[in-house]
Amino acid sequence: MENQYKKMEALKYAFPKTVPVMAGYLVLGAAFGILMRVNGFGIFWALLWSVFVYAGSLQYLGITFFTAVVNPWYALFMSVMLNARHLFYGLSMVDQLKEAGRFRPYLIFSMTDETFSVLCSEEVPDHLSRYWVYFFIAALDQLYWIFGTLAGAIAGTVIRFDTAGMDFALTALFTVIFIDQWKSRKDHRAACIGVFCSVLCVILFGKDVFIVPAMVVIISVITIGYWRSKDKEERI
Amino acid sequence: MKYNVISYALITLAMILATVLTRFLPFLFFPAGKKTPKYVIYLGNTLPYATIGLLVVYCLRGVSFTAHPYGLPEALSIAVIALLHIWKGNSLLSIGGGTALYMVLIQTFFK
Repeated sequence: MENQYKKMEALKYAFPKTVPVMAGYLVLGAAFGILMRVNGFGIFWALLWSVFVYAGSLQYLGITFFTAVVNPWYALFMSVMLNARHLFYGLSMVDQLKEAGRFRPYLIFSMTDETFSVLCSEEVPDHLSRYWVYFFIAALDQLYWIFGTLAGAIAGTVIRFDTAGMDFALTALFTVIFIDQWKSRKDHRAACIGVFCSVLCVILFGKDVFIVPAMVVIISVITIGYWRSKDKEERI
Repeated sequence: MKYNVISYALITLAMILATVLTRFLPFLFFPAGKKTPKYVIYLGNTLPYATIGLLVVYCLRGVSFTAHPYGLPEALSIAVIALLHIWKGNSLLSIGGGTALYMVLIQTFFK
């Protein structure tokens, strides 16, 4: 009984924290569901992704994997590159989740950009069970995403207007992330390296195969930058 | 449309694997208390920014600047997204507004 009470208290505390995420996830989840549907992929795939892939921008990108029926290794490579930022969310959450016990696997799995931004600034009051609060925040966020996806996938089956150009949502999403990142820091070298190396590789290798060479060039340029900054440090 | 279930299943597996890998690896390799290599921290500070630049280019890779409509719908929509986003800072508004504009442009003016 007491455990039940503890859970309810944690849920009551967690819910308001997730409200800002709710609107975004319902809308972006629905847009994802609609896009899957209008590209010819059913509710099954959309839900499967929202439950087990659960990474917003990757799921949008995944639609292009499906329409082009890409090689799975290529899909893996692209997905890891796109998700690489999660490696670093993980790094900063290692300490915070040290004692999460049975909640740990799910909390690690469900650490999207939004859940991360809520959890990393969250200080749970002492009288509440900390990891139940974390769990409810993470699980509510994913539920919003799944509900959005389902609503969109259903709406996608009844849509009658011309959906040509709706795929541009992916470009719009990345443009917005690009601007957010640009505003968030003073050093724009990495962003410029990403754009310039990619454009260069499109010109050199053509639009169909540029992506792997572009990744190699980007990682090389960044690594050279690392060596040079390290040399400088050592000289000083 | 050719419905290639096995390919779709494999692509889905690859995407699940990518999410699981990128989210769990730090916890396996750099447990609490252990020092993270400098190079890894450096990559963490740079790679995500470069990757998004790459993905913007990836989305626009098919746009032709030498044939009609010369990339105009894309350029206009991205300009509007950028202005909206710098002005209001609301992701949903920027994405929704930009996508709607693009749809109108290619369905009417640049048909």
